[in-house]
Amino acid sequence: MSELLTIEGLSIRFENGPLVVDNLSLEISRGETLALVGESGSGKSVSALSILRLLDERHARYPGGRIVFEGEDLLQAPEKRLRQIRGRRISMIFQEPMTSLNPLHTVEKQIAETLELHKGMRGGKARARCVELLTLVGIPEPERRLESYPHQLSGGQKQRVMIAMALANEPDLLIADEPTTALDVTVQKQVLELLKSLQEKLGMAMLLITHDLTLVRRYADRVVVMERGRQVETADVRTLFEAPSHPYTRQLIDSEPPESPLPTDATGPDLLHVDQLNVRFPVRKSLFGRVTESYHAVKDVSFAVRPGETLGIVGESGSGKTTIGHALLKLTGSDGAIRFDGEDISHLSQKAFRPWRRRVQIVFQDPFGSLSPRMSVAEIVGEGLTIHSPGTPEQHDARVIQALTDVGLDPEARHRYPHEFSGGQRQRIAIARALVLQPDVIILDEPTSALDRTVQKQVIELLRHLQSRYRLSYIFISHDLAVVRALSHKLLVLQNGAIVEYGDAEDIFRAPEQPYTRELLSAAFYYQTTTN
Amino acid sequence: MLRLSPIQQRRLRNFKANRRGYWSLWIFLILFGLSLAAELIANDKPLVVSYQGEWYFPVVQTIPEETFGGFLPTETDYRDPFIADEITANGWMIWPPIRFTYDTINYNLEVPSPAPPSAENWLGTDDQGRDVAARVIYGFRISVVFGLTLTIASCIVGVMVGAIQGYYGGKVDLIGQRFIEVWSGLPMLYLLIILSALVQPNFWWLLGIMLLFSWMGLVDVVRAEFLRARNFEYVRAARALGLSNRRIMFRHILPNAMVATLTFLPFILTGAITGLTSLDFLGFGLPSGSPSLGELIAQGKSNLHAPWLGISAFVSLSIMLTLLVFTGEAVRDAFDPRKN
Repeated sequence: MSELLTIEGLSIRFENGPLVVDNLSLEISRGETLALVGESGSGKSVSALSILRLLDERHARYPGGRIVFEGEDLLQAPEKRLRQIRGRRISMIFQEPMTSLNPLHTVEKQIAETLELHKGMRGGKARARCVELLTLVGIPEPERRLESYPHQLSGGQKQRVMIAMALANEPDLLIADEPTTALDVTVQKQVLELLKSLQEKLGMAMLLITHDLTLVRRYADRVVVMERGRQVETADVRTLFEAPSHPYTRQLIDSEPPESPLPTDATGPDLLHVDQLNVRFPVRKSLFGRVTESYHAVKDVSFAVRPGETLGIVGESGSGKTTIGHALLKLTGSDGAIRFDGEDISHLSQKAFRPWRRRVQIVFQDPFGSLSPRMSVAEIVGEGLTIHSPGTPEQHDARVIQALTDVGLDPEARHRYPHEFSGGQRQRIAIARALVLQPDVIILDEPTSALDRTVQKQVIELLRHLQSRYRLSYIFISHDLAVVRALSHKLLVLQNGAIVEYGDAEDIFRAPEQPYTRELLSAAFYYQTTTN
Repeated sequence: MLRLSPIQQRRLRNFKANRRGYWSLWIFLILFGLSLAAELIANDKPLVVSYQGEWYFPVVQTIPEETFGGFLPTETDYRDPFIADEITANGWMIWPPIRFTYDTINYNLEVPSPAPPSAENWLGTDDQGRDVAARVIYGFRISVVFGLTLTIASCIVGVMVGAIQGYYGGKVDLIGQRFIEVWSGLPMLYLLIILSALVQPNFWWLLGIMLLFSWMGLVDVVRAEFLRARNFEYVRAARALGLSNRRIMFRHILPNAMVATLTFLPFILTGAITGLTSLDFLGFGLPSGSPSLGELIAQGKSNLHAPWLGISAFVSLSIMLTLLVFTGEAVRDAFDPRKN
């Protein structure tokens, strides 16, 4: 086998900071797929960017190592030579399709740009090639799509256009940096299958960077596992999964969430009963403020939650699942009846609803955005207490300590500030903030989706533990079905704001009735089933 | 002991790292501190008098002339040669470095006023025989105090209006923005001219009128910050906790908006000082006779043959404004999140 790209002992640091990548060595042969796996902060993206020298050269330093592409050391190559290689011999796909395309250019202009740059192709010839490429990546009606602007495409289509741009000059190596992380599960599967088939068709090598080991099993030939800048294991896919040699790799493989929730003895009357909930957002208003056009985000949704029970709400992006959570908390206006403990709270004013807020709490998705950066942990967690339960500072402090202990944090942490904590710890702080008020219901809005797999599992374990200890009810909103399965007793599947399926979670996972649910489940658990 | 959060510590470091701004701030604070004690530097009364074994402090006391062997029951004129001789014969007195206050007229000039700089009048005198050095010190003080008061007042109003507009958005924001557009179209100068026909504009009148217009500068910045922050998740989380709107605005959003506000502060201050100076120059400012740099410039303009008037005003104004702008740059660096 001929080596296409060889990295020898590569080290990277920023300014005079610690090494971000420490002594990384790998090689990629022609036509092969190598996966670079690691959690956030492991240095995988930085390594990928360094291959094309796309890191900011004012700050990035390469204290050691070589990146050899077909006998040429890219670390020594001048900028002009690199420009010939970028986009022509080595192409890259980025994680975020929303921001990787220029919003002011049409699809045709974006693709034709690389063609003109590297092959001098223009006019009708370039146009024909664009159509050919769009057909290749499976975009329907490619001729019409040429005139589209990025905002007129869906997330999956944007990622396909990105792939078309990357493939325009038939590169020898494609670097895909988390190509599907920002996409819905069903689209994720399509994009990855597309990449795989294109790779076979064009015979190029691929460097797949991902945090998701389940993808690796299907798409990669060999795997490099990174942890905090260090390469901890390099192996064939089969060897890696059957006999992982490094404890960190084992931990990654074992980080699949459990397959069913803890049993619940949920009985008795409904704690929360929602009947015919509707949410509309105004799109256009007349001169006098009357809504003339509105977007119907949640359509006639009804459900009920008993004490100590979890309701999972799943759906793809834009299905209205977060909006339901906000409507329950009266963070957005809604129509319909919301009965809490038998009392209708949907018509209460903000002020009249305030005493109820102690009993319904929320944990948000983004652990970095949901904690005020200028307040200490004690202030963040204790803030609700000052409103809802009068008491001395000592009593409040004791409850803050109790809440932090409950979520598995050192109570001494309360004197520090959020930025000193990792994502998982921050999410624990957010849970402590909800927990300290001793609520009956916690709405969990994608609480694990911004976290790494291993941390995700710890948070799920924590949530399960807290539920059985305090008999909490959860409304668990997520797009990640594996996580939902680990917690939910009941399941509500949403599509475009309307209920597709609602019922016992176990029944739905075992035998989904609706085609949409089936599609969702098969995409989500595709990678587990194909290899087990 | 004041405990600084790590963010604040980093900002302090960044501020100190800008050497020019850091020293500018110190020099400005020293100058301002000195000018606050202007009565001890430039005064027509001695600091300490020892007369017939008794001590007097004329700067803080009013002592009738009779005490020193004079004839009048009114306050002593220590510059009177008769009194001065009487005191030095029976004791001593210590004068401040400049023996004039801002409105002391030097009747002992050897040349017609405006007199050029001399050992007695370091920067010369103006066309009424008043010492320019003393007027510059007092003028500096009144400019800075006026500027600071106006800045703080317009910050309070501007931040409040911007916060309310940004936080509530919608109709409140719309009406507020339209009002500001109309209001900023009003000509301030004409209002001042009309006002000076009705009342004698003093320090507080001027402050009030300028405040009517200067609060708008900050509204846009603060409003944008609040519009952005009200959709942040931690603000949502605070609402979900049941916090009142006022508390959310104060505790959760305002600290973010303060960065933009503080960065603007030195520039608002220079704007306020320049504003007062130009009004004084035009003659619509502080009442005549008060020490002001603008009035000094006006004197320089009408006495072109006495360049020390214009030069003194120019140098003192430009030093003051330069120091403030340099400080402002350092403050901006300190709050720049991209700097480490």
